[in-house]
Amino acid sequence: MGDIWEGISAGFWLVVTLDPDLVEITLMSLRVTVTATIVASCVALPFGAWLAIRRFRYRRFVIAVLNAMMGLPPVVVGLIVYLMLSRSGPLGVLGLLFTPTAMIIAQVIIITPLIASIAHQAIRDLWADYHDLLISMSTSKRQRIMTLIWDGRRALLTAALAGFGRAIGEVGAIMIVGGNIDHATRVLTTAIALETGKGDFSLALGLGFVLIALAVTVNVVIHVIGRTEREGKW
Amino acid sequence: MIRILACVLALTGTTVNAETLKVAVTTSFHNSGLSDILLPAIAEDTGIEVQLLVVGTGQALRLGEAGDVDAILVHSRAAEEAFVANGFGTHRREIMYNDFVFIGPNADPANVSEATSATDALTRIAQAKAIFVSRGDDSGTHKKELSLWDAADVAHSGDWYRPVGAGMGAALNTAVGMDAYIMADRASWLNFGNKADLALLFSGDPVLFNQYAYIPVDPNLHTHVNNGAAMALEGWLTGAHAAALIDGYTINGETLFTFNADKGS
Repeated sequence: MGDIWEGISAGFWLVVTLDPDLVEITLMSLRVTVTATIVASCVALPFGAWLAIRRFRYRRFVIAVLNAMMGLPPVVVGLIVYLMLSRSGPLGVLGLLFTPTAMIIAQVIIITPLIASIAHQAIRDLWADYHDLLISMSTSKRQRIMTLIWDGRRALLTAALAGFGRAIGEVGAIMIVGGNIDHATRVLTTAIALETGKGDFSLALGLGFVLIALAVTVNVVIHVIGRTEREGKW
Repeated sequence: MIRILACVLALTGTTVNAETLKVAVTTSFHNSGLSDILLPAIAEDTGIEVQLLVVGTGQALRLGEAGDVDAILVHSRAAEEAFVANGFGTHRREIMYNDFVFIGPNADPANVSEATSATDALTRIAQAKAIFVSRGDDSGTHKKELSLWDAADVAHSGDWYRPVGAGMGAALNTAVGMDAYIMADRASWLNFGNKADLALLFSGDPVLFNQYAYIPVDPNLHTHVNNGAAMALEGWLTGAHAAALIDGYTINGETLFTFNADKGS
């Protein structure tokens, strides 16, 4: 119990004194995960919507695979991305390994199936309500997808936030592809792993509380923004 | 859409640094805290920003082989010589050494503190079937431990022998949790913040000598590596300033590393 209180106070002082290393690490965490969430959402939300309205032969199979991929083990994704981006790998010439871009790529792969799957569920329910209306207006497929995404935006925001939540707390993949380099690719989760390895539990726990607070703050901010632009139910 | 793209570009755009050098180092080197002393001095003297990838020796060698780092600093002589012989590194340069120590519970059920040699210590642990945590991660420390078991010629298997497959710090945390014996490098042990009921029980056998060596990755094999900076770093690491910093680094008054680079070449 003593360690936990020390952790809380360590985290408190790190935040109050705006420790420069903490600020740098936190901004790196945000930069990587926010970018990954935006990129993944740009891919996953239209894909989820498309999957909801389009009927084709292997649709059930694709949905099953998508749902299974929600549980993609991050450390395996990290290893595969590492092998791809390694100088000896197929994309080695890009020189992306051990950069924030590499961490973003890994996180996009991890969270895209999650966001797409939740988005698909939400849009499918909405599509049941909108089906007759959109068909009778003889809308194009693209128009239907855009309408469903816009009208389902609050549920889709939840999907994106779920992706953000998984990415911000992820350590296995970004440790491998980012390398936890000080002042370059160190983020909150890898810093926590490092301090735990040094046996400095109070600092590790302090960083952990900062991470939790960050996730809560981002979620609250998004929801406050979401509510201000709401008119009526949707 | 354009605004989102602009945001993405702004977020992913990396800043261009003056000169960076990626070096894979062992966890024991970094956990000792010595890197925090050396890196600022290197940046000041040579202008090189050294980016450390803290991994086990096995992974460090793999990163070097793939050309993902510019140089490696590790401690496992046989593996290093194989690395150079296979053409992945240009040469091997010894920099400094520290030593391995045996850590165990204060109660010392296997009487390791009375051991006469490192192999004797391991034999006592095996005979008492006291819980022993092994790194089990193909690191330099792990390889050293395995060579000592071979030298002691006792079976190291069974319920009491527990390879955890983790870095030095994580393995020490595990040993603390199980009140177990473990072999660690002295620097990591002294710098470890969660000692709990464990203590240093045995050290001083010359066989526990732990040599660190620096190997630049061969630029003929991987044309993109920054060999110029890697050579500049080697020059600095074997120079007088590095010698003073390495020999002068202490924790609780104990010297951790001994500089022994050959200044001749």
